[in-house]
Amino acid sequence: MSIIVAVTGNEAVANALRQVNPDVSAAYPITPATDIMQRFTSFVSNGKVKTEMILVESEHSAMSACVGASAAGGRVMTATSSQGLALMWEMLFIASGLRLPIVMPVVNRALSAPLNIHGDHSDAMGARDSGWIQLWSENAQESYDNTIQAFRIAEHMDIRLPVMVCLDGFIISHSIERIEYLEDDDVTNFIGEYKQLNALLNIEHPISYGPLILPDYYMEFRMAQNEVMKKVTGFVLDVAKEFEKISGRKYGLFETYRLDDAEIGLVILNSAAGTSKDVVDEFRNKGIKAGLLKPRLFRPFPYEEIGRALKHLKAVCVLDRADAFGGSYGPAFIDIATSLYPYSERPTLINKIYGLGGRDYLPEHAEQVLNELVEIANTRKLKTVKEYIGVRG
Amino acid sequence: MKLKGWRELTPGAVILDAGNAVEFKTGSWRSFRPIWKEENCIQCMFCWIYCPDMAIKVKDGKRAEFDYDYCKGCGICALECPGKKGKKAIVMVEEGK
Repeated sequence: MSIIVAVTGNEAVANALRQVNPDVSAAYPITPATDIMQRFTSFVSNGKVKTEMILVESEHSAMSACVGASAAGGRVMTATSSQGLALMWEMLFIASGLRLPIVMPVVNRALSAPLNIHGDHSDAMGARDSGWIQLWSENAQESYDNTIQAFRIAEHMDIRLPVMVCLDGFIISHSIERIEYLEDDDVTNFIGEYKQLNALLNIEHPISYGPLILPDYYMEFRMAQNEVMKKVTGFVLDVAKEFEKISGRKYGLFETYRLDDAEIGLVILNSAAGTSKDVVDEFRNKGIKAGLLKPRLFRPFPYEEIGRALKHLKAVCVLDRADAFGGSYGPAFIDIATSLYPYSERPTLINKIYGLGGRDYLPEHAEQVLNELVEIANTRKLKTVKEYIGVRG
Repeated sequence: MKLKGWRELTPGAVILDAGNAVEFKTGSWRSFRPIWKEENCIQCMFCWIYCPDMAIKVKDGKRAEFDYDYCKGCGICALECPGKKGKKAIVMVEEGK
């Protein structure tokens, strides 16, 4: 049985965290993620959860406390955005290197300077190679569903890695949508009782976390971390299948929309995928074979699966809501291009940078890009590979 | 000691067995070697107390030879040693000399 509600993305995520009822949480407020932890601390104060809530003086401390609590043997979560994630940087690698299954919703926001609080993927994209698993969410429903699934993925005994759940700042975090909640008991049963692995507070069997690893062993530990990342895609699909049984909602490594027989396609993450799907429909109505691919599991990136899903297209545009400075391409473009590299016959690729710092992504932007793809597919001629759109000249 | 392959390691480099520092011989870090001069030793055991490792061996309640497998040559024992009649019972000698 599901409960239908009208809530913001943040409210939905906070409710998922209440249903999970973690042992420990440590957090520091930052727009637009503040609202998640503000709501969660109310649950703590009102006795709705049994979580030990630690209020700290910075995000560096928040993640440090989460690392300690997770090593101690607890189920742990926090949430952040933008500068907060940037301040956690050092500890992100420690959480993943120590193989601690911490779950963290990241409400995507632009990075300073210039100071900006709005939706943008620069924060999570900057942390994409920190050893965390990343799940990206189009809307409030996906943010809620991904948060619940994240605990199962992170805590799998063969994985034990931290997970970020990404949702767009303001566009999703602060907009009210109709979504379906699961019953509390269904969530409790789905995530199961927390299983400890090498808990630091087991006084019967003292152990050490965080030893110095010199050149004789460091590379073997990194190799082990690389190998465990390879197993993640399989478990993400297993968890999605089980989640479908209790929710009726289907999840994969990515979503394809009218892609199977498409000739041109868009690749786009999170909320802007919704707008793009409407425009894809308009092109289909005109008889143009357009499609879309929306990555969900961005780390580890499912290169082979995405390569197979896109290789038959004539032209593809990857839209990035973050840039990689230095004349390079946007982060999503780099991975999509890599996934198509093994094929000698592959689509012509272009990269558009859009929506930085909360700049509106409108249907006319998707339309402009799809029209360009039609031209590229017909002529096989490329003007510019990377370009900013929705920007004044 | 044979080094382990990546499959044999614990997740996150966690050390599961307490007291395994004994397997890691640190004596090669030493650049100065402490020498015990028994004739100047008054058995005060200051060296045993101050040693930050466990490199001062004790036998039958009396000070015995250094454990050079673990002595890193910090020199604290030599500094603290009161000696006898102004003569130190522990002196530091450069390794390789």
